[in-house]
Amino acid sequence: MISYWPSLAGGMLIGLSAVLLLIVNGRIAGISGIVGRLLDGQQIGLNAAFVAGLLLGPWLYATATGHLPRVVIVASTPVLVVAGLLVGIGTRMGSGCTSGHGILGLARFSKRSLVATCIFLATGVVVATVMGAWR
Amino acid sequence: MSALLRLLVSLATGAIFGFGLSLSGMVDPARVIGFLDVASGHWDPSLAFVLGGALLVALPGVAIQRRMARPALDEQFHLPTRTVIDRPLVLGSAIFGVGWGLGGLCPGPAVAALSIGLVPSFIFAAAMAAGMMLYDHVLTRK
Repeated sequence: MISYWPSLAGGMLIGLSAVLLLIVNGRIAGISGIVGRLLDGQQIGLNAAFVAGLLLGPWLYATATGHLPRVVIVASTPVLVVAGLLVGIGTRMGSGCTSGHGILGLARFSKRSLVATCIFLATGVVVATVMGAWR
Repeated sequence: MSALLRLLVSLATGAIFGFGLSLSGMVDPARVIGFLDVASGHWDPSLAFVLGGALLVALPGVAIQRRMARPALDEQFHLPTRTVIDRPLVLGSAIFGVGWGLGGLCPGPAVAALSIGLVPSFIFAAAMAAGMMLYDHVLTRK
């Protein structure tokens, strides 16, 4: 039996982070937007600082709990390359990902984000389920 | 002064975000696949709790933001203004979902996990960065 409390608490911290960035800096915590703008050379300081914090996250978790979070990547290298390209192209084309659309967009009652979230959840479920049956 | 404070807030919120991803289990692609693969026989609903927890905080947070004339450290809010559901939104989200379902990685966890130093993380992140730049510079020719 997996306990869902860490997932709920972790989700709340993600929400807290997004709210703080919104009401203090006035910006949306959408990771594909932040990384995309960083790669594009826009607001390098702010975006690089957020990414630096994001990288620190797992190590702060390790400091608090005594172990790094579990990260298991099962996909093969060719699948990872294809998946990465699709995630990169898709999030820029669709103006957001799980965080920007899935959390802040929904919280702002954005119709665009609701549509985006339903679509990427649906295609994600279909592809992961088909891949799972195939393995 | 407020420029420096904004940098510190970006760093701190990034760190809270990365800590939250780690605590929630969302940083683990195997866990994400366990949520997205609904026919595996051992479906893991924990990701729904992550999204639910985030919305639990974000909803009142946005309500507070709507009462503010401007953010604490900036002259104005920098928010998306588009409202039209267009082809790029639909097609892009579908493409993103396919990539997410293939690898179990979306941008936040993909970046956060880089600091752990696993080789597959770097392969995915490099491909994702290439995809972003391909779209921004080649496919849309800005």
